[in-house]
Amino acid sequence: MKPELDPVSGRSTTGHEWNGITELDTPVPKAVWFFLITTFLFSVGYWLFMPAWPLGTTYTKGLLGDDERANLTAAIKAATDERGAWTRIVAEREPVAIMADGDLMAKVRESGRTLFGNNCAMCHGREAVGGPGFPSLVRGTTLWGDTPEAFAETIRVGINSGHTDSRTSQMLAFGRDGILTRQQIDPLVAYVRGLAQQGSTTGKQLDEGRQLFAANCVACHGEGGEGNRSLGAPDLSDGTWLYGGDDASVLQSIWHGRQGHMPSWDGRLSAWERKLLAIYLVDLRGNPR
Amino acid sequence: MGQLTVAERQAGIMILVGMAVLGFVMAVAGADNALGVHGAWILVAAVVGVFLMLDRYLDPPPNETRLSEYYDDPAKAGVVFAMMWAVIGMGFGLWIASLLAWPELNFDLEWTSFGRIRPIHTTGIIFGFGGNALIATSYYVMQRTCRARLQDPLAAWFVLLGYNLFCVLATTGYAMGSTQSKEYAEPEWYTDIWLVVVWVVYFVVYLRTLARRKEPHIYVANWYYMAFILVVAMLHIVNNLAVPVSWGSDKSYSLFAGVQDALTEWWYGHNAVAFFLTSGFLGMMYYFLPVRAGRPIYSYRMSIISFWGITFMYMWVGSHHLHYTALPQWVQTLGMTFSIILLVPSWASAANALLTLNGAWHKVRDDATLRFMMVAAVFYGITTFEGSFLAIRSVNSLSHYTDWTVGHVHAGALGWVAMISFGSIYAMVPWIWKRERMYSPGLIEAHFWLALAGTVVYVVAMWNSGIIQGLMWRTYNDSGTLTYSFVESLVAMHPYYIARAFGGLLFLTGALLGCLNIYLTVTRLPLTEAVSSRPPLDCEAAVGALQAAE
Amino acid sequence: MFGLHKQLERKSLALALGIVVAASIGGFVEIAPLFTIHQTVEDAPDMRVYTPLELAGRNIYIREGCYACHSQMIRTLRDEVERYGPYSLAVESKYDHPMLWGSKRTGPDLARVGAKYSDAWHVAHLDNPRAVVPESVMPAYRWLLRKDLRIDRLGDYLSAQRVVGVPYTDAMIANAEHDAYGQAAPDSAYAEGVTKRYGEATTIRVFDGQPGRLTEMDALVAYLQILGRLTDAAHKPAFAGRQ
Ligand code: HEC
Ligand code: HEC
Ligand code: HEC
Ligand code: HEM
Ligand code: HEM
Ligand SMILES: [Ca+2]
Ligand SMILES: [Ca+2]
Ligand SMILES: [Cu+2]
Repeated sequence: MKPELDPVSGRSTTGHEWNGITELDTPVPKAVWFFLITTFLFSVGYWLFMPAWPLGTTYTKGLLGDDERANLTAAIKAATDERGAWTRIVAEREPVAIMADGDLMAKVRESGRTLFGNNCAMCHGREAVGGPGFPSLVRGTTLWGDTPEAFAETIRVGINSGHTDSRTSQMLAFGRDGILTRQQIDPLVAYVRGLAQQGSTTGKQLDEGRQLFAANCVACHGEGGEGNRSLGAPDLSDGTWLYGGDDASVLQSIWHGRQGHMPSWDGRLSAWERKLLAIYLVDLRGNPR
Repeated sequence: MGQLTVAERQAGIMILVGMAVLGFVMAVAGADNALGVHGAWILVAAVVGVFLMLDRYLDPPPNETRLSEYYDDPAKAGVVFAMMWAVIGMGFGLWIASLLAWPELNFDLEWTSFGRIRPIHTTGIIFGFGGNALIATSYYVMQRTCRARLQDPLAAWFVLLGYNLFCVLATTGYAMGSTQSKEYAEPEWYTDIWLVVVWVVYFVVYLRTLARRKEPHIYVANWYYMAFILVVAMLHIVNNLAVPVSWGSDKSYSLFAGVQDALTEWWYGHNAVAFFLTSGFLGMMYYFLPVRAGRPIYSYRMSIISFWGITFMYMWVGSHHLHYTALPQWVQTLGMTFSIILLVPSWASAANALLTLNGAWHKVRDDATLRFMMVAAVFYGITTFEGSFLAIRSVNSLSHYTDWTVGHVHAGALGWVAMISFGSIYAMVPWIWKRERMYSPGLIEAHFWLALAGTVVYVVAMWNSGIIQGLMWRTYNDSGTLTYSFVESLVAMHPYYIARAFGGLLFLTGALLGCLNIYLTVTRLPLTEAVSSRPPLDCEAAVGALQAAE
Repeated sequence: MFGLHKQLERKSLALALGIVVAASIGGFVEIAPLFTIHQTVEDAPDMRVYTPLELAGRNIYIREGCYACHSQMIRTLRDEVERYGPYSLAVESKYDHPMLWGSKRTGPDLARVGAKYSDAWHVAHLDNPRAVVPESVMPAYRWLLRKDLRIDRLGDYLSAQRVVGVPYTDAMIANAEHDAYGQAAPDSAYAEGVTKRYGEATTIRVFDGQPGRLTEMDALVAYLQILGRLTDAAHKPAFAGRQ
């Protein structure tokens, strides 16, 4: 077939035709060559300066000696230095002094919120109010003390976490392990709930409960159920519950026992981050949201 | 059946019997897992197939005149399959989009959880819809551009049906929990092997038809279809190398591990984009756009540059999916630089398509079918520009892992892949079914605007959410510590996820109108010989006549 | 050049060959050296393999398609290291067939989630994510606690892993079933074998909180708890970006 002229563009076709389709013989536009060459030259430059081509058992390192891992280490160091101005104070100064410093506390609150959100909120909730099995950190009596030091230590070592220094605590399985019978535990449940003014606190059950409590529980939970912070035994009279204060939950606690697990953040968070979180929590307890 | 010779009928029955045996073996060997379930299905389907063939075995053999006509039956079936998978794939897309906005919508069933049905969407839409559209149009285009009848009708059917079997095994496998968790290559080993068989036959059909072409030169569209077939085979085989746990188990472990597996996976994954979602559809565009516009291709030379540029360079860029990861930096450099050069041939293709429309812009205005193809070329340009941009390391540090990638994907998937397919299908349906035109131009018009609106809503929502997400993850406050927790970024996504689902709903509605229109065309319009299945050589006049008819 | 092409486009086989050649170069140049350049995968002598229970958990992770939402690859970027921990090393996934680096973070990265939460939290979370994280969009995997874990074929799984290059010993393969059971049953006779074969540091616990029953939850939680802990290499000063 003879090449024909296209009336619209005035160009000739290549002379081939497939089912009515023809192609114009338009030369490749200059722009295409231009950009092909520029992008190629750019790439050649990039290859010269950056790690780029494999050579058997090694590769070209590039004139800049750029290395993403080294860059990251430098970026982290720069960030650490930049933050150093205040993080060092957090790391070194007494918590009381930090809490008295308004500017510093603004940073603690700002940083603590995200740090808590990324690490702790999954269990303790975004507002740190807890949930079944995960204690509220802002309400009620704490298990291990509510000083910044106590918090920081808990965060570092965790509770029943497997860390070598871990805090350990265990509520015995009085029912399952046969220490008490179901007949004994029922009055105990009533009594324990009564301690928090959540059930009836009168009657025969109460006396029976009080005796059993004195015999079995005060060692850990104290005379009035106020808990023991060296054992991590919770306050049973403050109206806040780790595992729930209804009959069934309390029964469950006493029958099967409890052994909560708080992970250790040693190695995952640095010392100043853990201390910051501890102060953040104390602050939060003072002004719960 | 009427078109198959007696020998072909016999061969067909033999193949089905073979499949039945295979199905039986699978059913027995894999009795306690998905392999066995699939085997049982294959057994039943093959037995039904044998009976259907036997039922018409004694039909009169086809007469010789058939050889002077194109063979379009598999293409017809391919269009139907493509539209079916479009609805399934987009339906699942809409579902997973809704799940991210309202997670309870999985109704607590095992097989409907997000992780299991997301790959049903990707496989269903890419392989089911895209693949069937490609096979159907390739059958049509290769016959027309070679002026040769489809070689081996039986093989052509085997490819089409075998391919759909692959799609069914793959997607139902995921629902049953049978997956390799290799993105876009999720099907398990036996399904992978089956695809290899189908694909080899596809290549043979293609080559044998090409070999009988009347025109000495091979048309550009066929270069692209051929690259699609060949390279997808290479990618698929290498990336899916795996060792089954046992011959009776659906489970396998990939041959590669860790960093080597990661690069192989993205070498595959990126080029699934390149050779499945780009190359094949460029082939489609190179045929249907000039025919519909009645214009010659703007530049033959530019076609050559784009074709070889794309075929060569795409294969280097998979590592842009792994920036800043444990993949050595030198590979990332190569991926990034080649991605940037790659923009040139990509835009050259888009420009070639748009410049071909010079002198036909009035048709673009009036003809929604051609407008589908025009908009597809524009979105192809947008997507490739965005792709090259995202491949820059510093940009990727923000976009990677976020919805921005998803926005990029769907700019390409909805705007380019789906639009060019719909345009081509609307052009092809009247030709292969020998109808004068599509039943309702109004429905095509409505489909076009729904598709365009859906795409824009989807893509803009994801650009927004992706960039917000990326920024929230890396925003630092004045103290030099992270400002947002992960969950806060999750909460910020909610409105965009609702918007995306709405965009998807629009797009899906359009596709449903398309199905309706095709159905009405085939059932309501009379057969005509006037618009033959082979547009007359004088294209200008033919398309003019078509337009007049509409 | 265009003249040459006129020849090429006349021969279908030559064209096909041209395509295969053009398309093979890139992959070859990039992938092959990853096997020959030694630095590609760092040395980590302490790297251990997955126990059978963890491997079973990994199979469940794959089955459920968790990779669709979770990455396991912390990039060398400051914000990622500060959010998730030390960046991921190639060696950490050297036994991962396939790797599960992922491409989308609908949920957080999981590369270092091991030991970040308690087993009880994971169980509660997988059973119903919204019970512990009200804003979550993660699906509830309630059936994990209900379904018993199938361990009868675990030996085959380990063998297949060995074929693709994971150094499981004959003893590990032979005892796969017992070890899987033992790792989730600290009081059973099988627990001891697990430490013997996989090291003292292996966690042996009732992961799902239901002693005496081996469920799919046991396996998945065991896997989640080992993520990022097969080797300490990433925490070594040479790599750890953190101070
Ligand atoms: C896997 C869930 C989980 C995560 C994550 C978690 N905790 Fe805890 N945390 C617990 C549990 C459970 C307890 C109570 C342990 C017990 O029952 O004795 C606890 C207890 C505590 C206590 C002691 C409370 C008291 O009353 O003395 C503090 C303080 C605390 N967590 C702070 C944090 C901080 C800060 C973070 C983040 C860095 C954090 N937790 C992350 C589960 C978690
Ligand atoms: C060995 C010390 C110990 C003894 C004895 C003990 N407890 Fe406890 N108890 C604990 C500890 C520690 C916890 C907290 C467990 C945890 O944090 O997971 C606890 C928790 C509880 C709780 C759950 C509190 C909540 O907030 O949900 C109840 C109820 C309780 N104990 C009641 C009793 C009663 C009744 C007895 C006596 C029968 C008793 N305990 C004896 C140590 C003890
Ligand atoms: C629809 C997406 C989706 C799927 C599928 C999904 N997740 Fe999640 N995942 C999330 C989101 C969102 C979060 C963050 C909110 C939360 O903690 O629930 C998350 C959080 C998590 C976390 C806590 C991570 C951290 O550091 O806080 C773990 C562990 C987890 N998912 C494991 C899994 C496993 C295992 C699977 C598969 C069986 C899975 N996920 C499937 C979306 C998903
Ligand atoms: C009704 C229209 C559609 C809707 C509502 C839709 C929705 C979705 C959703 C919600 C996702 C998951 C994103 C995530 O995990 O965050 C997704 C992924 C994907 N979709 Fe679609 N989709 C639609 C159409 C299409 C089409 C037509 C194609 C291809 C031709 C396509 C290809 C893909 C691909 C490749 C992915 C994976 C993206 C990635 O992993 O980055 N989708 N789609
Ligand atoms: C020059 C052309 C293109 C380049 C350089 C390019 C580049 C990229 C980049 C950099 C990403 C993001 C990777 C990440 O961060 O995870 C990406 C993702 C993606 N692109 Fe493109 N793109 C191009 C064209 C296209 C086209 C035309 C499509 C057609 C639909 C497409 C489909 C996809 C898909 C599906 C993904 C998601 C992969 C995943 O699951 O993560 N791309 N592309
Ligand atoms: Ca596969
Ligand atoms: Ca992806
Ligand atoms: Cu890519």
